[in-house]
Amino acid sequence: MSAHLVIAPLLIPLAVAALQLLAGTRRRRLASALSLASCVSLLLVAARLMWMVAGPGAGSRTFVYAIGDWPARFAIVLVADRLSVLMLLLTAVLALAVTPYALGRWQYRGARFQPLMQLLLLGLNGAFLTGDLFNLFVFFEVLLAASYGLALHGSGARRTSAGLHYIVINLAASMLFLLGVSLIFGVTGTLNMAELARRIPTLPNHTRNLLHGGAALLGLAFLVKTAVWPLGFWLPRTYSAATPPVAAMFSIMTKLGIYVLLRLGLLLFGAGAGPASAHFGSDWLLVAGMITLVVGAVGLLGARELGKLAGYCVLISSGTLLGAIALQQPAVTAGALAYLVISVLGIATLFLLTGLIVPHDEPEGIEQLEPYDPVGDALYADEDESRVVEPAPLVILGICFLGCALLLSGLPPMAGFLAKFALLAPMPGAGTGATVLFALILVAGVCSIIALCRAGIRIFWDDTEEWVFPRVRPRETASVVVLLAISLVLAFTAAHPWQYLQATARQVHAPSHYIQAVLPQAAEARP
Amino acid sequence: MELILALAIGLLAGCGVWLLLRPRTFQVIIGLTLIGYAVNLFIFSIGGLRTGADPVLRDGLTDMAHYTDPLPQALVLTAIVIGFATTALFLVVLLASRGLTGNDHVDGKDGSP
Repeated sequence: MSAHLVIAPLLIPLAVAALQLLAGTRRRRLASALSLASCVSLLLVAARLMWMVAGPGAGSRTFVYAIGDWPARFAIVLVADRLSVLMLLLTAVLALAVTPYALGRWQYRGARFQPLMQLLLLGLNGAFLTGDLFNLFVFFEVLLAASYGLALHGSGARRTSAGLHYIVINLAASMLFLLGVSLIFGVTGTLNMAELARRIPTLPNHTRNLLHGGAALLGLAFLVKTAVWPLGFWLPRTYSAATPPVAAMFSIMTKLGIYVLLRLGLLLFGAGAGPASAHFGSDWLLVAGMITLVVGAVGLLGARELGKLAGYCVLISSGTLLGAIALQQPAVTAGALAYLVISVLGIATLFLLTGLIVPHDEPEGIEQLEPYDPVGDALYADEDESRVVEPAPLVILGICFLGCALLLSGLPPMAGFLAKFALLAPMPGAGTGATVLFALILVAGVCSIIALCRAGIRIFWDDTEEWVFPRVRPRETASVVVLLAISLVLAFTAAHPWQYLQATARQVHAPSHYIQAVLPQAAEARP
Repeated sequence: MELILALAIGLLAGCGVWLLLRPRTFQVIIGLTLIGYAVNLFIFSIGGLRTGADPVLRDGLTDMAHYTDPLPQALVLTAIVIGFATTALFLVVLLASRGLTGNDHVDGKDGSP
């Protein structure tokens, strides 16, 4: 039974999405209950998987699930190791915080919000679990197709125009993905990631350039998803135009690109890939990460709208992570994983807050963007109006915003401080590139403190600008508070998560574990 | 055969990229479709070009040189299906954008008066 648990993160959202589509748009309570049940069970499954790969006595086990019981190399496998389980758990936590938030009013801004969200979860979980390059493409497309629908959720001219750009750039990136995958397949004759890692060191030299070309095209496709400069101009616009719960859920999508770059970079082009291929592309990633960091910091200083502000925070976090994983050192990678978790939580919280704080004079404010769905509006009025808390919204939202700003700029007492410290501590003395990155991360941190302070002053203290705090809706504020509470708790109970992350970094940096787990019969061929 | 196929892929990809950079949404979708064709042909050719070769193993024949690699064909089938679906989806968004903004510029606002 527990062997089949690995595929549960794919089956649960798929089944729930299908049931929700069958139930139609009328039975909203049923759909909501199904969504919540799915998110809770995903969280339980992810926690159980984490226990299985890292619990006491497990050491560092890696679970391989052969789909259809065909052995690896002939068919697709799912691989659950520490890194993928970490990402599964993060996705589940985020989904469980975002779904109740969206159940109140946001899901009624368009059709079929819930099945799309479940399909997005299916794509995310699949991409984190798969051990096959082409299957990764398929899950990417599942995820993207769902995200197109979600980005356009709520309609409106600005959203449609931003969604149009988003779709075009992602379709073009998918073509690059396909080109890269087919080049790699043409050179190596396999698509299984472990088998690829086994074959790359022994490739003849005349095909190695083609392999590098394919890997570079593949990397470009992931860099588009990660919104690296100059491929990331779509991101702030798309994310700020999307509805807040959707944007919050999207905050993990850029991290999917980071995950794949980390996984494939170390598996295929780690130290064991032979002198000609080892560390291929890591210099480029480092420089691209630094430039993205600078662009994100400048954009953050210039952003006025809260959604744009959060969008540039995404760029900063992408740049930081890209630079950190490009260094390819286990200590830095462990810090980068901590930063990844915290920045996803922080950015998601900020996006959720944008839904609660609406500028009064915004020409295209969120309220004007929404063509209200009359049926949905009436329904939400029935459900929520009685429970609206009128007094003190300013205080609650102010405290939430403060917590969010502390988290994002990496100040104590939130866990953002620890994550940033863990990321920065091993960097000095790790080479010139690491020192420059160290300085840039600190500068970007100062920029985010300035920008977030200014936004806070403008929203909560400045009387000349009018902001509307529609109402503190209990359910929506609860989501924000829960995400912040997780970050606060993580700060005070950091010992176990930090051990887990360190072990994860060690495991990712030693790809022989992965290869041994996926291809037990072939592993002795490689030292 | 290799040269013709390579030229065809190059021509399709070149036209596709040029159209992708045009300002009208209709040109963009045609460009994406052309790039999609180029990529699909490219995947198809990655297994090597062979006429009349069998992709499925049969009894009696042992020489692998007579077989063609079936995996790129499976891949290209998947890629075609996914490309078709996403293009159809993009077409819907294109029409929605045309309806909401009143013109077919990719930015939603027409430069010319």
